[in-house]
Amino acid sequence: MTSVTDTASSLDQEHHHGPAKGLMRWVLTTNHKDIGSMYLWFSFIMFLTGGAMAMIIRAELFQPGLQIVEPAFFNQMTTMHGLIMVFGAVMPAFVGLANWMIPMMIGAPDMAMPRMNNWSFWILPFAAVMLVSTLFMEGGGPNFGWTFYAPLSTDYSPPSTTFFIFAIHMLGVSSIMGAINIIATILNLRAPGMTMMKMPMFVWTWLITAYLLIAVMPVLAGAVTMMLMDIHFGTSFFNAGGGGDPVLFQHIFWFFGHPEVYIMILPSFGIVSAIIPAFARKPLFGYTSMVYATASIAFLSFIVWAHHMFTVGIPLIGELFFMYATMLIAVPTGVKIFNWVTTMFRGSMTFETPMLFSTAFVVLFTIGGFSGLMLSIAPADFQYHDTYFVVAHFHYVLVPGAIFAIFAACYYWLPKWTGYMYDETLAKVHFWMSFIGMNLTFFPMHFVGLAGMPRRIPDYALQFANFNEMSSIGGFMFGTTQLLFLFIVIKCIRGGAKVEAKPWEGAEGLEWNVPSPAPYHTFTTPPDVK
Amino acid sequence: MATEGTYYVPAQSKWPIIASIGLFLTLLGAGMMMNDMTAGVKDSSAHYVFYAGGLIMAWMLFGWFGNVIQESRAGLYSAQMDRTFRWGMFWFIFSEVMFFAALFGTLFYVRVLAVPWLAGEGEGAMTHEMLWPDFTASWPLMVNPDNDLFVGAADVVDPFHLPLLNTLLLVASSITLTLAHHALRANDRYKIKLWLILTLVLGTAFLFFQVEEYIEAYNELGLTLSAGIYGSTFFLLTGFHGAHVTLGAIMLAVMLVRVYQGHFEADNHFAFEAASWYWHFVDVVWVGLFIFVYLI
Repeated sequence: MTSVTDTASSLDQEHHHGPAKGLMRWVLTTNHKDIGSMYLWFSFIMFLTGGAMAMIIRAELFQPGLQIVEPAFFNQMTTMHGLIMVFGAVMPAFVGLANWMIPMMIGAPDMAMPRMNNWSFWILPFAAVMLVSTLFMEGGGPNFGWTFYAPLSTDYSPPSTTFFIFAIHMLGVSSIMGAINIIATILNLRAPGMTMMKMPMFVWTWLITAYLLIAVMPVLAGAVTMMLMDIHFGTSFFNAGGGGDPVLFQHIFWFFGHPEVYIMILPSFGIVSAIIPAFARKPLFGYTSMVYATASIAFLSFIVWAHHMFTVGIPLIGELFFMYATMLIAVPTGVKIFNWVTTMFRGSMTFETPMLFSTAFVVLFTIGGFSGLMLSIAPADFQYHDTYFVVAHFHYVLVPGAIFAIFAACYYWLPKWTGYMYDETLAKVHFWMSFIGMNLTFFPMHFVGLAGMPRRIPDYALQFANFNEMSSIGGFMFGTTQLLFLFIVIKCIRGGAKVEAKPWEGAEGLEWNVPSPAPYHTFTTPPDVK
Repeated sequence: MATEGTYYVPAQSKWPIIASIGLFLTLLGAGMMMNDMTAGVKDSSAHYVFYAGGLIMAWMLFGWFGNVIQESRAGLYSAQMDRTFRWGMFWFIFSEVMFFAALFGTLFYVRVLAVPWLAGEGEGAMTHEMLWPDFTASWPLMVNPDNDLFVGAADVVDPFHLPLLNTLLLVASSITLTLAHHALRANDRYKIKLWLILTLVLGTAFLFFQVEEYIEAYNELGLTLSAGIYGSTFFLLTGFHGAHVTLGAIMLAVMLVRVYQGHFEADNHFAFEAASWYWHFVDVVWVGLFIFVYLI
């Protein structure tokens, strides 16, 4: 059983298995590792861009009153921060990890459709340019929040909204192709003996995430298309004067939006499910239940969307249905938390940086989950809605959830990618600074939120001043620490202590069978999995 | 699962980056055109950007698919690769299903909930009282809540005129396409061409009558994009369906050219199958349209 890795046209360089040289290596590549690296770097650049916007937001909110930016620009910052972090930072980071790791984890020679893989990536920089360029257009960039509710995003939106819509279309095309590629890879390219129920959890969670992506990105495309038609072609989908309904927009958006937030967390579950067993030196507790819990969460994500809309005026029966359905999600999520804790129980644990981030993930994601449970109670949500409590909630699930898991994954697999161990001391500094900074930023938001501070406002009442000052200090701390992360990664790429194929004592999986750094082509002949 | 043969991993390709540039220019141009149109700019040159992007996309499609066809005919693809293509096409069509699900969902939401609420039913009692107390619900909605801003249509599209004809055309084209597929499996080259050409004729006739219907809607029925939610949903659903029929017809036309060039074997012709899957998909969508947009 062999595998061909060269085209007919390049048979003359049959024995050339290394990467091509120069810039064109990256532009023309079909190699899953090259593409994975590009996704990760792109995501980090976007993370810093979106982060810089968050710094502007926190600087303005450092004190009550208007100091630094105009309210109109503040709105553009909150909007772009959200959009860039969701579509530019978190999602591409996970796709990058999927590209790097899934073929190695299942013993495949590459992704199933390597050229389309390249296209999925190279759409992103163009989409990002289009999205960010809206800030420099006449009338400013999108200013209606990352959820772009109509009619703010239709009747009252700046002209740059048209380009925002097309940027979303491009991001959607990229995501759908990426997801199709991942599904085809997992279903079709597993090594002999790698049955579905032997796949690493990261592969499982990505398989389910990819289904979510294919199911909801087209719905988002439908939503922005109707926006586009309302803006330019006189239709009235979201205009009650013509028989449409602005609330319809929210339904369509959140039908996409709620699965979308699981798209940003399910791969994290997979990462943490790989790292905790490795550093507890015990197999993952309840693998099968993890798989079914992930699938249940994915299923439930389709029937809870209107819990984002409790205060908009939906019928009582709808409020009740979406309240109970939302609460149900706590069950499979609880199964997962239980399994991670039980995996740690009586393990011989050590706390290298990936484990630190993963442990923090379990604790802090649970906090975010519980505030989500509070928000799911429809009558209580009337108080919490559109306050900083909501901001605190979703930052607790996204920062120590998605972002910490991405950091954990980077530290865990960096030795495999570069062949060198990262600087453990600096990495621990990065962890603790992130941990403290993140909690300092977002924990006080619970309090100001419960006390009634509205979100998306550049000014606030005096009694919120102290907590906001704390949040801003924490935010600056978290933000600057990420430059340290950049330094650690570059240092690790340039050298350090050489590592063996398996640098982590308790790590499991096919990726640790190949040398570190992983050769340019791995598993051109599928391995036999017992 | 890797079972037999070899899995083909292509070397570098220039097509994806060309595709990205083409897509970017096409959408940039489209956005500029729309903004210029809405702002009333007279001497807009945005369409040059759009056409440039479109040409690059067309070049890319020829080149990229050309590559794949060459590789396929050179025997580089294994049975495993064939499964990759099948999964790929299947999930692509699924994404299209979800796109149309959003559009149909819009139609159902408006018909079942939004319009009755505006007329004061259930949750909408106060909205009705405060905003448009004279408004009454009906479907198709001929008189809009704000009928000065959105002038309602004067008449409804008659389902038993062009739409019924189009239904017959499209269903017939699905049958002729299946006959072409049977002929392909029996390796009857003459019959493949015959049935495939007939399918294309039926598809083109469908598109012709669809354009005819739009002309009638605009000129005789007063049914326009800005005729309120009836016009909005009507053109959204039929318009995107029509675009998909056009795409499907282009795919089938390419298949016809390839048949003439002697491509496809009785047991190895996934490109043809993919195009026919797509065609059957747009056919099924039309049946849904005929029932929910035109008939009831």
